Amino acid sequence: MSLATALKANDVTQLPSKRDEDWKWTDLRGLLRVLPPPSEPFAGEAPVGPFASLANLPIHVVNASDPFVIRSASVEPYVVALHFAALGGGSHSASAQVEVADGGHLILLESYEGDGADYVANLDLKITVGAKARLERIVLAADGAEGVSVSIAEVTLGAEAQFAQTVLTDGARRQRIETRVAHPGAGAAVRLDGAYLLAGKRHADLTTVVEHLGVDGTTSQLTKGVVRDQSRGVFQGRIVVAEGADRTDARMGHHALILSDKAEVDAKPELLIFADDVQCAHGNTIGAFDQDALFYAQQRGMPEEVARALLTEAFVGEVIDRIEHEGAREAARLWAAKGLGL
Amino acid sequence: MLSISNLHAEIDGKAILKGLTLDVPAGEVHAIMGPNGAGKSTLSYVLTGRQGYEVSEGTATLDGEDLLSLDPSERAARGVFLSFQYPLEIPGVPALTFIRTAMNAQRKARGEAEITAPAFLKLARATAASLKIDFEMLKRALNVGFSGGEKKRMEIFQMAMLSPRFLILDETDSGLDIDALKIVADGVNAMRSPERAMLVITHYQRLLDYIKPDRVHVLADGRIAESGGPELAHELEREGYDKYARAA
Repeated sequence: MSLATALKANDVTQLPSKRDEDWKWTDLRGLLRVLPPPSEPFAGEAPVGPFASLANLPIHVVNASDPFVIRSASVEPYVVALHFAALGGGSHSASAQVEVADGGHLILLESYEGDGADYVANLDLKITVGAKARLERIVLAADGAEGVSVSIAEVTLGAEAQFAQTVLTDGARRQRIETRVAHPGAGAAVRLDGAYLLAGKRHADLTTVVEHLGVDGTTSQLTKGVVRDQSRGVFQGRIVVAEGADRTDARMGHHALILSDKAEVDAKPELLIFADDVQCAHGNTIGAFDQDALFYAQQRGMPEEVARALLTEAFVGEVIDRIEHEGAREAARLWAAKGLGL
Repeated sequence: MLSISNLHAEIDGKAILKGLTLDVPAGEVHAIMGPNGAGKSTLSYVLTGRQGYEVSEGTATLDGEDLLSLDPSERAARGVFLSFQYPLEIPGVPALTFIRTAMNAQRKARGEAEITAPAFLKLARATAASLKIDFEMLKRALNVGFSGGEKKRMEIFQMAMLSPRFLILDETDSGLDIDALKIVADGVNAMRSPERAMLVITHYQRLLDYIKPDRVHVLADGRIAESGGPELAHELEREGYDKYARAA
């Protein structure tokens, strides 16, 4: 059951539904009674996305694309901007492979955009990070309010590889950004972060699965969300430590602010530990604004809206501060300021 | 300066202040002492406009202007500052950013220009030095992981930076050792001026050895039970609050 297979077979019954435990909060079958026809080929000038100017290699795709491969062996940080636009409605799928050779260093600045039309977009990425290689992946998802979009990345790491990811999203009509990491242990380090800022009726689902398969691996995960109006945020984080994957150090945090009575956050942090000697922890908080902190800031002279903006920006800022690539970090800051109406 | 008349306030329908009348003229320091539960902190929150404190009767004015109809930030912009008994931790916001945002918001409310970055930093460095605060600490998230004493010192730092006209110190001595208490008291005393007034709320007389009040008031059961000179604080230290509890 996946959006990719449903689109391929043009069969709505193959869509993930709330009967699938992992999709119960992001039901596509219940949402889509029919699949829209394939997107028309795009004729105009293709948008290059927010990261093109930061990249050594900018790539942009409108709607569907044939599978393609990005390979990098550069030892110096090499920046690829990968922009996917969904324009003019319809349904489409894209897939790509990203390979970082042993010892290589790649920065993947990925972005999505959608226009006002109804669309259904699927993206499948297969990412391989070689031994002692580094990949920092930033995903800036700016889907349309009427778009339905699913992006699934499967990541495989070599020994002593470093994989760092930050997903930034303001959601869509329904949106899921999923990352699955096969973690070899072996000195490899994973950072999996995310931030969602949702308003209107938007929905965003950040799902991650990390499987620690060998000894001596680390994972650090921090996701923060702010939901307003009638929006809905979903966080599903699963860390599995396989039998024998000793000396694993895995930490997961998810913290959400709910700023309206009708907004909703569903969170499922899971640690499944089958090894004996591990350090694992998770923290999950979901709540309203801290009224005491708000009053404190107001007492110092900040009008309520200034105080709220400062405190919310700081809340999300903790995720953004962890982005290593400076240009991407600044873009993320602007994104957050805009999303919070600053 | 501050004039409170027949003030009644309640929380969740429970009356806490029951007809409090008090005048603090410019240039003076008044101490409010009283047993736990007398309404000391409530008074500070009612004056600063905290949500949940309902004023049912009476007035509070600063230089003739009604305070109670203003929102908390407007009161701050007019110069009302409360040093919190339990200062809040503000994760993710460096102390300097927090104070600068507050300062510029106050200036904007008063129709003044924003302070420039160099002028702000110069003022912050000088103020930090006078309060023996490590400047590096001001780059850290405000109060996060600070000790009780450091938090109180940060309150005084903010007070000195924002330069308010009417200062309310709520149990500023709690959690301070004697050295920190002296530094804090020096910081407060440096702000005494003919244009400013202060309300020092404290349970113990100790703080008043360092911040000498012009007048001392006993708050018991929601109103001023007795007023006197500085000697009243010593009397309370000796005899306790029992007689007010009985009278209430």
